[in-house]
Amino acid sequence: MTLATRVIPCLDVSAGRVVKGINFLNLIDAGDPVEMARIYFEEGADELTFLDITASSEGRSTTLDVVRRTADQVFIPLTVGGGISSSDDVNQLLRAGADKVSVNTAAIKNPTLLNDISERFGNQVLVISIDAKRGRTASGFEVTTHGGRTNTGIDALSWIEESIARGVGEILLNSMDMDGTRAGYDLELIRKVREISSVPVIASGGAGDLDDFGRAIESGADALLAASVFHFGIYRIAEIKRDLARKGFVVRDNNSIREN
Amino acid sequence: MIAILDYGSGNLRSAQRACEETSHEVVITSDAEVALKADGLVVPGVGAFGACMEGLLSINGDEIIRARAQAKRKTLGICVGMQILFDESEESYKNRTPQGLGIAPGKVVKIDAPVVPHIGWNTVESPEGSTLFKGIESERFYFVHSYAALSTSTEYTTTTASYGQEFIAAIESTTVSAVQFHPEKSGAAGLRLIKNWANSL
Repeated sequence: MTLATRVIPCLDVSAGRVVKGINFLNLIDAGDPVEMARIYFEEGADELTFLDITASSEGRSTTLDVVRRTADQVFIPLTVGGGISSSDDVNQLLRAGADKVSVNTAAIKNPTLLNDISERFGNQVLVISIDAKRGRTASGFEVTTHGGRTNTGIDALSWIEESIARGVGEILLNSMDMDGTRAGYDLELIRKVREISSVPVIASGGAGDLDDFGRAIESGADALLAASVFHFGIYRIAEIKRDLARKGFVVRDNNSIREN
Repeated sequence: MIAILDYGSGNLRSAQRACEETSHEVVITSDAEVALKADGLVVPGVGAFGACMEGLLSINGDEIIRARAQAKRKTLGICVGMQILFDESEESYKNRTPQGLGIAPGKVVKIDAPVVPHIGWNTVESPEGSTLFKGIESERFYFVHSYAALSTSTEYTTTTASYGQEFIAAIESTTVSAVQFHPEKSGAAGLRLIKNWANSL
């Protein structure tokens, strides 16, 4: 197994500005997602995720501009999620320079959206983002919306199986029980999803300690997404990757190339 | 001058930006004349093999690629832009087995691994004498694909990667080269690969 586990920082962006954790880096423009993306790229991020939490439609065109400017400077894959409800929305983002899109609530309301996107652009562009929470559905994990506040009654594992059948190429698995707690990823959730998923699984929600990342990999995560540990400067990306390498996990070392 | 072939497929902007890191002028074009005359032609490609072939044929891209090879001008295929150089793909499209250009002998097949697509940064095994991988033989590159070619003719210098099984990560000849991964998304290693290719133009 030579494939490296990916470490992916996630930026919450609203109307073209980063809305969380802008205090730790010595930035010229602390709220500029493009500059933060460039710093994460230089620090060794393996991919980037923008979560667009813009409410207004005017803000959406600002997001496209942010995607364009990021793709112009950052030579790693860029995933954009938030507010995508049609394959035309996906087309706009891909043309602006996004490599993948993640879809969440819109797919719950209209599952055929997943078929539309994967048939038009291929399953490699389509990530299903799932906000799972411990609940009373068959697997013990339920799909939620609105940041975990609204239960859907849909079982998380059966929704994942359905999503894969409809053409998603990757799963962004957010634990709403652990999100923001920095008490560790939900390892049981990762294990259960890994067992049934034929596509890569990105673990998200709860990372707080260096050991958390390796535990998620051991539980079956193919990639590790985190937000607050990076934004608040608790750990730098290079630090996490060095620690994983020391523990014997396979990560990408991006420091060996020098300009010549 | 490097031309990026625009046949309706993929993230052309990233390919363009990565090529601009070389000393060459870069244009995105679907104009046959421009694509024929360019010092280097980049053929990107994402999505289904059959859909890419349809797009390519609609701008006579097959003829452009063949004519460039005849004229000893260099072409670089990326991802599905590499796959379409082969004979055919197992990736069914409109209930048919789509045919490729047949410039590289061999068939594109579904990757046999427990988790597919193959997404992420993987290592490659490149032979001595590779132009593309000069100085970056031990780096990782970003892959995202479910299908791959497993073998081709020995007239190509072939670099392999492994995920569930060994497959072709890159082919190189004096005129036609191609990579299964995305150099434009592979950080410094990918930019170096594009520079290696651009320096050979």
